[in-house]
Amino acid sequence: MAASFGRGAMTNHWKDFKNSDMFLVVGANPAEAHPCGWRWAYRARDERGAKIIHVDPRYTRTSATADVYAPIRAGTDVAFFNGLINYVLDNELYHEEYVRQHTNASFIVAESFSFDEGVFSGYDEAVRGYDTSTWDYEYEKAAAEAGEDSTGDERPPATGSGESAVDPRGFVRTDDTLQDPRSVFQLLKEHVSRYTPEVVSEITGIPEEKFLEIAELWGSTGAPDRVGAMVYAVGLTHHVTGLQMIRSLGMLQLLLGNVGRTGGGVNAERGHANIQGNTDNAISWEILPGYLGIPRPGMETLDDYIEQVPAKQLAMNSLNFFGSRYRDFLVSLQKAFFGDAATEANDWAYDWIPKPAENSSWLTAHNEALQNRLQGLIAFGFHNPAVGPDTNRVLQSLSNLKWLVAMDPLPTAASEFWRAPGVEPDQVDTEVFFLPCTHWIEKDGAFTNSGRWAQWKWKALEPEGEIKDDHWVLAQLYLGLRDLYEEEDGAFPDPILGLAWPYSDPGHPPLEELAKEMNGRNIETGEQLSTFADLKSDGTTLSGNWIYAGSWTEEGNQMARRNNDDPTGMGFHHEWAWSWPLNRRVLYNRASADENGRPWDPRRPGIQWNGSLWVGDVPDFPPDEAPDVGTGAFIMTGEGVGRLFAPGGLTNDGPFPEHYEPTEAPVENAVPQGRREHPTAFFYDGARESFAPAGGDFPYVATTYRITEHEHYVTQHVPYLVETQPDFFVELDPDLAAEKGIANGSQVRVRSMRGEVEGVAMVTKRMRPLRLGRSKIVHQIGIPVHWSYVGGKARAKSNANLLTPYIGDSNVRTPEFKGFLVDIEAV
Amino acid sequence: MATELALNVRRRSATPASGTNIRRDHVEVSKLVDIDLCIGCKACEIACKEWNDLPVEPSVNTGSYQTRPDLTPATWDLMIFNEVERDSGDLAWLIKKDSCLHCEEPGCLLACPAPGAVVQYDNGIVDFNQENCIGCRYCIAGCPFDIPRFDEETGKVYKCTMCVDRVSNGLEPACVKSCPTGSIRFGTKEEMVAYGEAKVSKLKARGFEHAMHYDPEGVGGVHMSYVVPHGDMLPDYELPEDPKVPGAYFGTLSGLRKLGSAATWAGALATGIFFLRTGRRRPPPEEEAVAEAYALEERDEAAATTSEPPDADPYGPAGDATPEGGEPG
Repeated sequence: MAASFGRGAMTNHWKDFKNSDMFLVVGANPAEAHPCGWRWAYRARDERGAKIIHVDPRYTRTSATADVYAPIRAGTDVAFFNGLINYVLDNELYHEEYVRQHTNASFIVAESFSFDEGVFSGYDEAVRGYDTSTWDYEYEKAAAEAGEDSTGDERPPATGSGESAVDPRGFVRTDDTLQDPRSVFQLLKEHVSRYTPEVVSEITGIPEEKFLEIAELWGSTGAPDRVGAMVYAVGLTHHVTGLQMIRSLGMLQLLLGNVGRTGGGVNAERGHANIQGNTDNAISWEILPGYLGIPRPGMETLDDYIEQVPAKQLAMNSLNFFGSRYRDFLVSLQKAFFGDAATEANDWAYDWIPKPAENSSWLTAHNEALQNRLQGLIAFGFHNPAVGPDTNRVLQSLSNLKWLVAMDPLPTAASEFWRAPGVEPDQVDTEVFFLPCTHWIEKDGAFTNSGRWAQWKWKALEPEGEIKDDHWVLAQLYLGLRDLYEEEDGAFPDPILGLAWPYSDPGHPPLEELAKEMNGRNIETGEQLSTFADLKSDGTTLSGNWIYAGSWTEEGNQMARRNNDDPTGMGFHHEWAWSWPLNRRVLYNRASADENGRPWDPRRPGIQWNGSLWVGDVPDFPPDEAPDVGTGAFIMTGEGVGRLFAPGGLTNDGPFPEHYEPTEAPVENAVPQGRREHPTAFFYDGARESFAPAGGDFPYVATTYRITEHEHYVTQHVPYLVETQPDFFVELDPDLAAEKGIANGSQVRVRSMRGEVEGVAMVTKRMRPLRLGRSKIVHQIGIPVHWSYVGGKARAKSNANLLTPYIGDSNVRTPEFKGFLVDIEAV
Repeated sequence: MATELALNVRRRSATPASGTNIRRDHVEVSKLVDIDLCIGCKACEIACKEWNDLPVEPSVNTGSYQTRPDLTPATWDLMIFNEVERDSGDLAWLIKKDSCLHCEEPGCLLACPAPGAVVQYDNGIVDFNQENCIGCRYCIAGCPFDIPRFDEETGKVYKCTMCVDRVSNGLEPACVKSCPTGSIRFGTKEEMVAYGEAKVSKLKARGFEHAMHYDPEGVGGVHMSYVVPHGDMLPDYELPEDPKVPGAYFGTLSGLRKLGSAATWAGALATGIFFLRTGRRRPPPEEEAVAEAYALEERDEAAATTSEPPDADPYGPAGDATPEGGEPG
């Protein structure tokens, strides 16, 4: 989503669903996974006559309550969305004024960009990677002229001390008629023209008439007075093409004018609490808190970093807010980390930030362990072998460690890995420490939900026995390390000794103090900041996460607010908890209004210009900047608009989405001029041998998922919930069951190249054989996670990830949990 | 289980006495299950067990999402899952909450020969009082919805109490409290009827031409009604199409009503009427096949007066302390 809009978070929020005319739910099962939030979709249906469309490999409890359901072959969603884009362009259903005003449709693409035989320009088969610099725009100045006058057109920064660098080549050339064959609009049209309804049906297995029914319905949201909410979850993310699936649906939403609007948006449904909060606070290796990029080797100074990482201003009307304020946010983060030790003289301790040369994702870390290059691992609320992929490989990885620390309230698949089925305890040298830690119910703190609402919560139970808070453990670990460095010295002590630790109880920092530090304050006055606009790069402010500035102000803890007044009636609830950024409830809400600041649909305004101010939601825009200035609605992109074409660097697998078959797939790619295998998906050493070829012994498509009765693995410790879904099961269609002699309720075995599981067969019409093209029939098998060798009816061969493949998408190394090949037989 | 003293009793099983309430200000309560909003999450199943201190009953997956095949003495609320192919070729996954409907004319109470083992309160809740139960299981035979379950160990029969202990203290039943989508609603009978009728109109506008508010007249109406999107598929929801109080099958009940004033009736009715009961979805146990007597009493119709609904918003989760917009993150 960041590649499309500038930020990687759900654009709208749960209650906003009540404002929608239609929902397209793909790769998500909100009725089961988010039942409390999904009530608002039902509200929209009851009150506005909204329709719910569900597209998923399985007919789930979301399908049961949807108006239209279509089955889809796992891993083919790009083809589905590209087909919808093609339909919308072909039938001119897009919101033309929105597309001109709020997207880069008019931008001219450089001649260096091309697409041929399923790959984009710049591809190098040998390294399975792209030179992404060929995916660029055409600029006002030819490259030769660049550098002579690089600041002439520079826009003065809108706020604060920001710097706004324009690309030395000037702004991007545009064609407002959208007719130039090198315009994004025309190139996109050409790119998706291959995805005709017939082709889409042949790839996805969605019957052509069903696809057309959905296309017509969803296309109707392109009318300015209609709006549709796109809903997705890890059913899209968990593919090697995951990022491009999300790109394609985001582009579709831009074309229909559904982004930035109440009742619309791209709604990424996060998993269990507190995934959104974790992501915001750099759970992922490639970012620092607040989505600041991690520096790379070669960026030797802060200036290098600021030169290379933030977006450049690419259009006259672009505010480029993020790009222009990067230095303020990074320096303030350094002041939060290192306090007085970060000074102008030491470049704000820039040298102390790690600059990883290699990928450090989940898959890579476990691969390092597998290759005996990692000594130890702290599994912190983390069931490595159960969450997979390829459990057997992960078990071997953990067995190769010298030590493993598992921190959790209850035993996990990590803490018990040494006695997992198939593992011989006396063959495992890993020393395992289990530290029982408090459950979230036993401590205060904040959860950030999918809709970016940070909501403070209070401890409900006192912890039992000698159990400790996780942050107590981390604080003790740090203090112990610091003592060791002080006593014994050691390599590179500066970041450890320089770390600021200003808490009233250093061994157990109060969560309130951490939250206040995350918000940030003026170091000179000691006052809590109320906005990141006040962050500075001169060392006078600190903020542990700039996007949380405003969450704990001088007025107190904004996350703890519980006033549910809704004066606009649009469900913004600005005084209920607090949402980042700056309590804005719908991101990019400037796009909810036309060029004069009038709402596209006056019945559900996002923000509107009242002559002197933007009113309604908290504007995601300068609050007093008149619409006639013409500033773009997407303030986080260098372009100032949403991206239908994502230039190089934003993704590494293509500026337009292209369908590739999952690495394990039963068929060839049916896209004309297509390529079967994803060109840049990342194979780890020895993993390629663990993939099944098409036409081999593993003919059936399998997909994994969660069900409403359980939360990952922890609820296997809750007897009432075990009662509601007691046994590991496998869903399959009646035709396949008949062919294999499998009776409903009997035991079955499912095998992949990597492992096997055994469970109860659930033979159900909810699983359907899919017809691809004229003759090919594909059966799909559904395999829920939630079971393993720990808790509940713990048993061997009950963990879905025994089957899943060890492969990563090329952008963020997300594994392919959702589409792979298996065989099935009666036990 | 029943807190008889804390509530005004309208009638007791096998007791020739009218209700004890001279007041006229009581409100009839009702649940309503809007099947259109039900996602089959089973939160109500667990909430029921937790509130009522019912034991965990280890279950086995037999090839269905359903927790177990049937209600038990310790499972008073069960989500029933049925897959049905529609004429259009589309699949319908019908999910229905199965628990006591709290009939206005409760077959269980009318069939029960044990004084006070079944009571009906003025608010419409029908409850079992196990200390008076003699374990004869006539109530099971008398129920047109096949709800009560006999426990071999205690020799008593059990079913949903509509959390009478919560309701009598101004709270909604536990299943209502736990429902994440607002599918299970609670309020006055009048509010629920209004909601049901309004929702049916909306469903019809959405193309559910057979949508209905299931509040069957054959049992005098119920205190847990359903909004059924596919009203033409009642058997697939495991809902009897025309449930009747066994006695009413002979027109007895209406006849007695005409005859009676404030007087009560206690009389033996013909044996064998259980054979004529309609709408049973499962055959009754053999020993229930012969019944001996009914104790019937007339309902004090004046007591049906209800007060103004306290909450005009049919979407407001009545009694739910969670404000709008405050759904758990």
